[in-house]
Amino acid sequence: MLTIQDLHVFHGPIEAVHGISLNVERGKCISLLGPNGAGKTSTISAITGIARATGSVRFEEREISGDSVEARIASGIAVSPEGRRIFSNLTILENLTLGAAIQKDQKEKGRDIDHWFSLFPILAERRDQAAGTLSGGEQQMLAIARALMARPKILLLDEPSLGLAPKIVRQIFDLIGTLKDQGMTILLVEQNATQALRLADYAYLMSSGRIVAHGTADELGKSDKLMAELTGVA
Amino acid sequence: MEYVIQQTLNALSFGAEYALLALGLAIVFSIMGLVNFAHGEIIAVGGYTMVAFASLAIGNPVIVMAGAIIAAMLASLTLERVAFRPVRKADPTTGLLTAFGVSIVLQNIFLMFVSPRPIAVTSLYFLDWPIEIAGIRLASLQVFETLTTIVVIVALMLFLRRTVLGLAVRAASLDFEMVRLTGIKANRVFAMAFLISGLLAGLACIFIMARRGSVDPHLGFDPVLKAFVACVVGGFGSLPGAVLGGFLLGAVEVAMLVMLPQSLGGMTDAFVFMIVALILIWRPDGILSPAVEKGDKL
Repeated sequence: MLTIQDLHVFHGPIEAVHGISLNVERGKCISLLGPNGAGKTSTISAITGIARATGSVRFEEREISGDSVEARIASGIAVSPEGRRIFSNLTILENLTLGAAIQKDQKEKGRDIDHWFSLFPILAERRDQAAGTLSGGEQQMLAIARALMARPKILLLDEPSLGLAPKIVRQIFDLIGTLKDQGMTILLVEQNATQALRLADYAYLMSSGRIVAHGTADELGKSDKLMAELTGVA
Repeated sequence: MEYVIQQTLNALSFGAEYALLALGLAIVFSIMGLVNFAHGEIIAVGGYTMVAFASLAIGNPVIVMAGAIIAAMLASLTLERVAFRPVRKADPTTGLLTAFGVSIVLQNIFLMFVSPRPIAVTSLYFLDWPIEIAGIRLASLQVFETLTTIVVIVALMLFLRRTVLGLAVRAASLDFEMVRLTGIKANRVFAMAFLISGLLAGLACIFIMARRGSVDPHLGFDPVLKAFVACVVGGFGSLPGAVLGGFLLGAVEVAMLVMLPQSLGGMTDAFVFMIVALILIWRPDGILSPAVEKGDKL
């Protein structure tokens, strides 16, 4: 569904990703693992078109690397970005409404909002409060819900567990598991390899802008490379 | 007592005009981080449009007013497209210099192709007549201006809270990239901000012209300077701040006019700015400056 080939990503003059290739199949959860600074977020930014990149990005058999950010989102890519980036000056309901900006059908929009409110009662309780007043875990749930309001074909999840308490992390991964079971295609970027591998069908391990290993969750989980890369201990 | 009510109403109408102008600056600043000093020239475009209507012998006030507003909106949109879009990603200083440049270019266009001297526009005089209610004397224009500002504030609030594009404008003041990641076209958000800014300039233009009765190339300079001060006092980038700053500035100005002895009458502005300076010592970012994110919430 999403195929990346020989992708180089740049931040200004600096090349952050040096020619990676990966593939996300429909209905699968693919995980992109690696330590801080490996180029995972840069890869996500290249898929959404935020970062300057060369190479091929194909989505549903169509080359999208020339498309604008807005066009890529409209074609069915949604992202829950690193650091959540909820609109803290807007209310929770307004955040969700903006998430559904490309959704034209008002009834569907209302139904989706109801769905997320029933799934996260805390969001419903505070629907008219500024989103900045939510806790970190609640903000993460809002960020994911906002992304899904667009009814995407693929969900890019960037570090959803970052900075959250272990109990909340489990809740977030439970949610991702549910989404996967419902058939959502997911590209999950994580440093928390243990949790990510539990969910992922296939995983890529990145380090210093390159993919250094890839395989099914079982294969990668057993590999020495994973631990070495993530802990820095060879 | 009547005197107090009288001066309060004066302060409100002064403040209303400043608030109208300050909102026009603030809405562009909130999403672009750009102080649009060409805002005054957009007001002048409205004024010259009235001159054009007069020379075509079109005196129907509805057409004249609508024409001025539409001209100001188009001018604002055009500036966004031609001057500000190319520097959108550049350093904020570049944007500021661009705004000054645009302002100077437009002023000189008016100087060279129209006239350096004031041109009388009489078609809006009818808006201004004295009213006396229970011993309080007012100009009808003051009433119109205050009411218009209130309607504008309510309409703007509804737009910013009830429409997706309005939500996007508010969200964009915080994180524009994230707004794009929801699929909303960045160009539409910018264009909308400039369109609203132009509308506000056009409305302000009507009141300024009705009071002054003439337009010259520097028509917008003073009002926009005051609007800028109002924005600074209220907190730049905050729309409620712009409104508050505008009304506060109006109140301080009227208070100074009333309280200063005759001999210091020429010093009103000096005293006004001194009070502004004191407010800024108390609140350096302005009274309602948007809260700065203090690191990630973990």
